[in-house]
Amino acid sequence: MMRFLLLFSRQGRLRLQKWFTAISEREKKKIIREMTTMVLARPPRTCNFLQWKDLKIVYKRYASLYFCLGVEDEENELLALEIIHRYVELLDKYFGNVCELDIIFNFEKAYFILDEFLMGGEIQETSKQIVNRAIESSDMLQETMEEYMSKPAF
Amino acid sequence: MPAVSKGDGMRGLAVFISDIRNCKSKEAEIKRINKELANIRSKFKGDKALDGYSKKKYVCKLLFIFLLGHDIDFGHMEAVNLLSSNKYTEKQIGYLFISVLVNSNSELIRLINNAIKNDLSSRNPTFMCLALHCIANVGSREMAEAFASEIPRILVAGDTMDSVKQSAALCLLRLYKTSPDLVLMGEWTSRVVHLLNDQHMGVVTAAISLITCLSQKNPDEFKTCVSLAVSRLSRIVSSASTDLQDYTYYFVPAPWLSCKLLRLLQCYPPPEDGAVKGRLVECLETILNKAQEPPKSKKVQHSNAKNAILFEAISLIIHYDSEPNLLVRACNQLGQFLQHRETNLRYLALESMCTLASSEFSHEAVKTHIETVINALKTERDVSVRQRAADLLYAMCDRSNSKQIVAEMLSYLETADYSIREEMVLKVAILAEKYAVDYSWYVDTILNLIRIAGDYVSEEVWYRVIQIVINRDDVQGYAAKTVFEALQAPACHENMVKVGGYILGEFGNLIAGDPRSNPLVQFNLLHSKFHLCSVPTRALLLSAYIKFINLFPETKATIQEVLRCDSQIRNSDVELQQRAVEYLKLSSIASTDVLATVLEEMPPFPERESSILAKLKKKKGPGAVSVAELEDGKRESGELNGGGERGQDAAAMAASNASTPSPSADLLGIRSSVPVSTTPASAGSLLVDVFSEAGPAAPSGAVNDDGFLRDLEQPTETSDPLLVEGSGDSE
Repeated sequence: MMRFLLLFSRQGRLRLQKWFTAISEREKKKIIREMTTMVLARPPRTCNFLQWKDLKIVYKRYASLYFCLGVEDEENELLALEIIHRYVELLDKYFGNVCELDIIFNFEKAYFILDEFLMGGEIQETSKQIVNRAIESSDMLQETMEEYMSKPAF
Repeated sequence: MPAVSKGDGMRGLAVFISDIRNCKSKEAEIKRINKELANIRSKFKGDKALDGYSKKKYVCKLLFIFLLGHDIDFGHMEAVNLLSSNKYTEKQIGYLFISVLVNSNSELIRLINNAIKNDLSSRNPTFMCLALHCIANVGSREMAEAFASEIPRILVAGDTMDSVKQSAALCLLRLYKTSPDLVLMGEWTSRVVHLLNDQHMGVVTAAISLITCLSQKNPDEFKTCVSLAVSRLSRIVSSASTDLQDYTYYFVPAPWLSCKLLRLLQCYPPPEDGAVKGRLVECLETILNKAQEPPKSKKVQHSNAKNAILFEAISLIIHYDSEPNLLVRACNQLGQFLQHRETNLRYLALESMCTLASSEFSHEAVKTHIETVINALKTERDVSVRQRAADLLYAMCDRSNSKQIVAEMLSYLETADYSIREEMVLKVAILAEKYAVDYSWYVDTILNLIRIAGDYVSEEVWYRVIQIVINRDDVQGYAAKTVFEALQAPACHENMVKVGGYILGEFGNLIAGDPRSNPLVQFNLLHSKFHLCSVPTRALLLSAYIKFINLFPETKATIQEVLRCDSQIRNSDVELQQRAVEYLKLSSIASTDVLATVLEEMPPFPERESSILAKLKKKKGPGAVSVAELEDGKRESGELNGGGERGQDAAAMAASNASTPSPSADLLGIRSSVPVSTTPASAGSLLVDVFSEAGPAAPSGAVNDDGFLRDLEQPTETSDPLLVEGSGDSE
């Protein structure tokens, strides 16, 4: 299973953090620090895999963002790379030519998309169409501001 | 483009985020955040009840602030309120907040669980999925207690929607992992296995993760899944790329599902049923064949997905370890990857070959690639890949190539990354001991290790070399000579001084005949390093000095001079001071016979499991060192006692060695009887203590002559061993 997914920029600013196990805030901060240091220090044209403690770290850079996945030993590294790629594809479909700014300003959407696709550290749905449909339909459920304002507050 | 137009743009949030980004300094950012926190607090406390939209917006802002790295200590109540809303977006934000900022307030937990319960029974699939997600994200014990019985029911109920089934499966998996005792097997278990046959591939994908985990803990209960998995896999592997529609990923049919099926099969031994086994072997052969076909797409995603399945299939073949034909094919395939252009594939091939190397069918085949692997170790630019190459060399080492491999690993160690040196040192030490035919080679290797990577040579390693030298007469002279030469180096590592001090103390007499290494020269050599060493090393050296006095009476005056000086007998460290004082006294009052008895050559160590293996295993986590290796270690350590003495015999010999000087008890006229007891040494047993490296307890008060002599008869293996083998040993 996957233990965590981190997105950070080349300057090391964290854009998204998803944790699939319960760990303390302190532990999270430590992992974030170590991941950013380790991954940003990797020279180009090296492989996308690292061994860190008892986890495998799979990372890939898309434009200005590093996607860093920490997985357990039995996970297939190449598939983990493709999980990252699938997530980027989903973001791209939703936002249209997704860039780092989209994820900054719509961070909650990035989490919602992730939740449609991964759950409990495992991949939930591998069909791109189905995931896209789910995201779009949840968008449909959103009402406009006018509709909100006209309904009574509970 | 930011999706502000999709109905829900929370403008206030976007503005806030912009403000934060525009802050020029950390202080400005904190100021802005505090301002916002104050604003939100006042809104939450305000008289007017907030409408859902605003509440949602503020909760989202709090979430953003939290994710930036600041602590948030309020907002939970409002988030819980959002949960109970029946507007989807409000619920969504509420759940997100709760999942990220988990709170242990029991009142809140009760409210959250209530909201979740309502959503689970709402029959609205979107709400149910949100609730299931929250449980999977948080996975706390309280949630497990509340919902562990409900979720299996949802999973296998006939009218559950597919998307909900998927969520339920993975949610149950999470709960099972965190609180396995609360998820009880029941009638749902057999129905879960049949989810493998579900039409909806997404359901199968989710269910497999659950089944795999359950099978690992309850293999018998779930063993019917094997044949179902094989038929599913076979259908996927033989399907054309158009069959699976959206589950085809860059022309590869259902890669995730295929890999999960292959991994599920790795939880079980090869299927007994001939038909099932035949089908599976056919599948694996098809996968291996496909690897040789030209790729359907140039995209890296295609090759990654295809190779992912290939590597997983190879893992399964290795796990079964029963089809020589498949194993050899797998080895050849990996051999091809070893020289692939893509670094990722070289990395994975090296990793996979490591497991292949331990199979008896393919061990020889793996060894044929030794030159490629050595080349990788020397020339790969990526440190991860070099490390895998080193791991593979370790795995493929056997008697035929041990010298070559150890030499390569030593030269790699000279330039290796600091983070991996300790592990490499342990591995080289293990290999050197395991495959030593000629023990002088072993001694050379360890001394080289100390020379190259002294800082990373842990205690277990140099304790071991000393144990081996003590136990093998044939290598003692060589060890003394080599250590003597090594100490001549202008800058030698402290571990070298420790080893050298000990060995010269025990066996310096073997090289004392040569004028270049006569006793005084040896002493001066050791003493020249004395002041550069830490306290434990100096303590060891002092012991070596008293042994010298025994071995070489002509050095007595010189050494006593050293012991007598203020820096020793008034040393601020209690241990050093005590040793200096006691050794000085011992050398002056004991007759040569007594001295010879007290400082007799150390008896052979009893056979025991190598602690180096244990340490390596601890470092790498469980499963890194195979049981076979550990047993090997047990067997090999038997060879320590080159003279064939084992356990009890060694003890008896030691006891008898020690008890022969019973007449000496009378020499000093203190006692008449000499008990040969096997009681473990107490903290007050000075003599044994003196040789203990593990920081002995300081005995109370003055030297007790009685205790001094009584301890002569202590069999050494029951008392504190001379070189304590790490804290993991329980004797």
